[in-house]
Amino acid sequence: MVAMGIVADIVELYRRAACDLPPDVAESLLRAEREEEGTAKACMGMILENIKIAREERRPICQDTGTPIFWVERPEGMSERAITDAIIGATKKATEEVPLRPNSVNPVTGKNSKNNIGEGVPLITFTEVGKDMPLKISLLLKGGGSENVGLTYKLPSDFGERDIEGVKRCVINAVRRAQGNGCPPGIVGVAFGSPKALVANAALKQFLRRLDDRNPDPVLGNLESDLEKELNLIGIGPMGFGGKSTVLGVKVAAVSRHPASFFVEVAYNCWALRRATVTFTESGVVYGY
Amino acid sequence: MVTKLNTPLKEEDVRKLAIGDVVEITGTIVTARDAAHKFMVETGKAPVDLNGGVIYHCGPIVKDMAVVSAGPTTSSRIEAYQDKVVEQFGVRAIIGKGGMGEKTLSALKRFGCVYLSAVGGAGALLAKRVEKIEAVYMLEEFGAPEAFWVFKVKDFPAIVTMDSHGRSLHKIVEEKTLAQQL
Repeated sequence: MVAMGIVADIVELYRRAACDLPPDVAESLLRAEREEEGTAKACMGMILENIKIAREERRPICQDTGTPIFWVERPEGMSERAITDAIIGATKKATEEVPLRPNSVNPVTGKNSKNNIGEGVPLITFTEVGKDMPLKISLLLKGGGSENVGLTYKLPSDFGERDIEGVKRCVINAVRRAQGNGCPPGIVGVAFGSPKALVANAALKQFLRRLDDRNPDPVLGNLESDLEKELNLIGIGPMGFGGKSTVLGVKVAAVSRHPASFFVEVAYNCWALRRATVTFTESGVVYGY
Repeated sequence: MVTKLNTPLKEEDVRKLAIGDVVEITGTIVTARDAAHKFMVETGKAPVDLNGGVIYHCGPIVKDMAVVSAGPTTSSRIEAYQDKVVEQFGVRAIIGKGGMGEKTLSALKRFGCVYLSAVGGAGALLAKRVEKIEAVYMLEEFGAPEAFWVFKVKDFPAIVTMDSHGRSLHKIVEEKTLAQQL
C-alpha cells in the first residue's frame, strides 16, 4: 500500500506549504509593491523580504502556520483510512520538524493538543479518482487572523436580491469590514448556494486555484474580474495602511441551492496564501503549488 | 527616516512619535495575547516589569528556545483589556496588527503610549530581529502561542499607526473606506 510510505513526503509537503510561497502569489505581491508608495510601499517591501528569508532559510513565512486543510484525490482501491493515518502521522512529525505552531485547541477545556491534531483536524476531504490515476494531496495552511474576517450572508437582505449583484455586494461588504485585519492584500474565496456546509467548503477550496485562473463560466468569470477591480478601488491597501492593493485575486464558485435558501460565503486568505501539492506518480514524487 | 528606540521607553520619546513614523526597537519586548492580558487584568500581576515596557501581540514559533517565526497577531481581540494594562503596568508601546479601538486610543493619549504595527505575516523576517529568548512564563498553563515570551530584540521594525495625540491611521483608513457608497 502506497499510503504507508508517504509520511515523509507529507512532512515535506507541510514544509513547502509553510516556507515557500507559491510563485504566482509571490509575483502578484511584487507587482503590488511597484504600485504602492509611502507606508504601503514600506510594508510591501517587508513582505517581499520576508518571503525571500522564509524560502532561503526554510523558516515558516508566518508564525501562524494555520489549520491544515487537505484535499485528497484517492485512486480507486486505495484505503482512505491508511491515507488519513499517514496524514495524522505526518502532521505530528511536521509540528516538531518544520516546525509548525501547535494550533489545535480543545474548545471545551482550552487545552492545546501541542501536535496540531484534534477533533476534526486536520480537515481532510477525499475524492475518488480512477484506478490508474495518481494519488494527489493538496494542502492549504489556513491562518486564523484571515479566517476570522470571513463572513456568511443570506440573501435576500439589505445587500440585495438573490442574484449576481447581491453576491457582489456581500463580497464588497465583507472586504470593507475586514479592513487590515485579514492581512491584505488578500485573496477572496466566494461560493453561493446552499446548504451552508457545502457553500463553506466550496469557498475554501477556491484557495487552491492559481491567481491567474478564471472561472470558465462567463458569468462567474466576469464576477471575479469585476470584483478584483472594484475591491482594489476601496483603498484599504496593504495591512490596512491605505493603498491600491487590497486584494490579489477573487475566486468564485456556485453550488446548487435549495429553493428556499441562498447563502453567500466569503472566505478570506491573507497575502500569505500557503498551498502546496504532492502527486505520487509512477516515476516519482512530484511537488507543486 | 527611521526612529531608533531603546527600552525601557521614556514618556517624552513616545510623545514625540506620530502616525506614519517608522521605528526600530532595541531592547526587551514581551509577548502577550488574549490569555496573558486577561491574566494581568484579573490578577493585577505581570510576570516581568512592564514599566516603560513594550508588549507584543504575538504567538511565536519556538524550537529549542530559539525563535523561528514571530509576526504579529490581530490586536482587536485584546481591546477589552489593553487600556487597563497600559494604565496599571506603565507600558509605553504596544506592537500588533490591524489596530485597536477607542478605549485603547484614549489610554495611549492619557498615559503616554503608542501602538505600532508590525507587518502581518512577516514572521521569518521579524524572528531574525529577536536575538534571544530571555525567559518564558505561563507556558504550561496557556500553551506556546499564548505564553509570555520575553524577547531580546535588535532593530525590530514597526510603523506607528496610533499615536499618543489621539490619531489613528486605522481610523482614518476605516472612515474613508467605509463611508463610500457601494
